[in-house]
Amino acid sequence: MARLVIMGAGVAGHTAASFASDWLGKEHEVVVVTPNSQWNWIPSNIWVGVGEMSKDEVVFPLAPVYEKAGVDYRQAKAVSVHPEGKADSDAPYITIEYTGQDKEGQSEELTYDYLINATGPKLNFGATPGLDAGHTVSVCTADHAVHANVELENLIEKMKKGEKQKILIGTGHGMCTCQGAAFEYIFNVEHKLKEEGVRDMAEITFITNESFLGDFGMGGLHFKVGGFVTSSKVFAESLYAERGMNWIIGAHVNKVEAGKVTYELLDGSAGEAEFDFSMLIPPFAGVGFTAFDKAGEDITSKLFAPNGFMKVDAKYDAGAYENWKASDWPRTLQNPDYKNIFAAGIAFAPPHIISKPMSSPNGTPINPTPPRTGMPSAMMGKAVAASICDMIKGKTNEPTHTASMSEMGAACVASAGKGLFNGTAAAMTVYPIIPDFEKYPGTGRDLNGTTGEIGLAAHWVKHILHHAFIWKAKLKPGWTLIPE
Amino acid sequence: MATEHVKHIEAYSPQFGTMIPSGFQKWLRTCVLWQLVRFVAINIKMTMLILKSHH
Ligand SMILES: Cc1cc2nc3c(=O)[nH]c(=O)nc-3n(C[C@H](O)[C@H](O)[C@H](O)COP(=O)(O)OP(=O)(O)OC[C@H]3O[C@@H](n4cnc5c(N)ncnc54)[C@H](O)[C@@H]3O)c2cc1C
Repeated sequence: MARLVIMGAGVAGHTAASFASDWLGKEHEVVVVTPNSQWNWIPSNIWVGVGEMSKDEVVFPLAPVYEKAGVDYRQAKAVSVHPEGKADSDAPYITIEYTGQDKEGQSEELTYDYLINATGPKLNFGATPGLDAGHTVSVCTADHAVHANVELENLIEKMKKGEKQKILIGTGHGMCTCQGAAFEYIFNVEHKLKEEGVRDMAEITFITNESFLGDFGMGGLHFKVGGFVTSSKVFAESLYAERGMNWIIGAHVNKVEAGKVTYELLDGSAGEAEFDFSMLIPPFAGVGFTAFDKAGEDITSKLFAPNGFMKVDAKYDAGAYENWKASDWPRTLQNPDYKNIFAAGIAFAPPHIISKPMSSPNGTPINPTPPRTGMPSAMMGKAVAASICDMIKGKTNEPTHTASMSEMGAACVASAGKGLFNGTAAAMTVYPIIPDFEKYPGTGRDLNGTTGEIGLAAHWVKHILHHAFIWKAKLKPGWTLIPE
Repeated sequence: MATEHVKHIEAYSPQFGTMIPSGFQKWLRTCVLWQLVRFVAINIKMTMLILKSHH
């Protein structure tokens, strides 16, 4: 009997656990270690953050789902990885610290035959002074989103009393990713203000580390529209302009105070923006594991990149932007030193960013870091689980499945509002996620697979995705038929 | 008025330099019949994308 341990039960980890337990049956053990007791469909946090959904609609308890699937669920956080075992045992293990199941604070060693790191991001609010001081809100977790909505409701009350308000939404650091979430939130806030009849009382500004609107951390994208091949820059700017919203681009927010942020721009100049309500996305880092060899020596830097994400089969020495290739991106997501360790979703260390690296004349890097959204995260989780299952079943010693972001696309639907007939959304598809300028000279992407449009239809798709993915994550009948 | 949807744009502001949807384009976005057609189209596009992406 082999034991597969999966650290993290978010999009990637839960997908990996669901498929692995299905494919391995009772002959082998699947253990999930995750500090959360509930699964959260994070994309719908946006709707929680504007009061269109309750927290209960975007989360569900994990324990009954794992019980049904025969997964050994430990509500605990993984702390350290010991891929060579210890002095008196060759069995690799991780150490975990319980956060629930009536064992809070207790530590344990958990041996594994195969390990998947799917621990997603650490929300690194500490990277920007003041970002963790409660002056701004976030929608990164369901609880954050509930709080964001409370603050937004207070703001709307003030507007109804005739007080003009300033709203600032965007990225809280020069090295943030997840611009898409901030983008979606600002449109939902604007839509909400219109519905409440107070849109004219608000000055709304988007602040972003992207060098142009619509970069999205992917170097932008192009699609065919109205007889032109159009850049996402025009597409995104048009959405803001249509709604009378301002934007500040190429900004590294370096300080947050009550009602004010200060920032540095790509041209080196400094600026200030005042706000009455602000939602700023924090930068992401790895969750901060330590790793040790058999002798107990620290090998964290062997297993993890300096940003805390896990090293996999990527080309980490690609050098300058001019040398970057789509093939730099990992395919099997296997650690090069320890072949029984894999990473999936946000937890793997990218070889480099996707957008062109930029910094201000003062040397401050201001560029988006690579997004690893829901669809690729789930596909990575499934591919890694499939490879490991084949290895456990003795079919092979090498990974059999790949999930490279340079060979897959992503679909993204950003809503504005939730009503079935009065909301609209932008539906975008991009293929491949990593631009491949050798295969698709010019724009780096397949113009037949990269599309964008706005309308109610995209909105209906967003609703369907919400219900379909929660159905799938609950492992309800037919869940395997719902694609990642 | 034909310029209703652009009247908030200030000359030489950043918004001045991009495209703004016409009234017809905005109407299409919420026209249920047209959107039903687009719904089918988006689903086809996403299905193709998923098929291309699984290895
Ligand atoms: C507000 C918002 C909106 C978004 N909207 C979209 C969207 O519309 N479409 C889209 O495709 N993507 C969207 N995304 C991105 C999407 O949520 C992520 O791509 C996806 O969640 C990444 O999956 P993951 O499994 O890598 O990480 P996560 O889903 O974050 O999961 C990580 C898991 O690891 C656990 N964990 C953390 N530390 C430890 C530890 N020490 N030990 C064990 N477990 C640990 C966490 O508790 C969690 O369960 C959005 C993100 C945000 C924040």
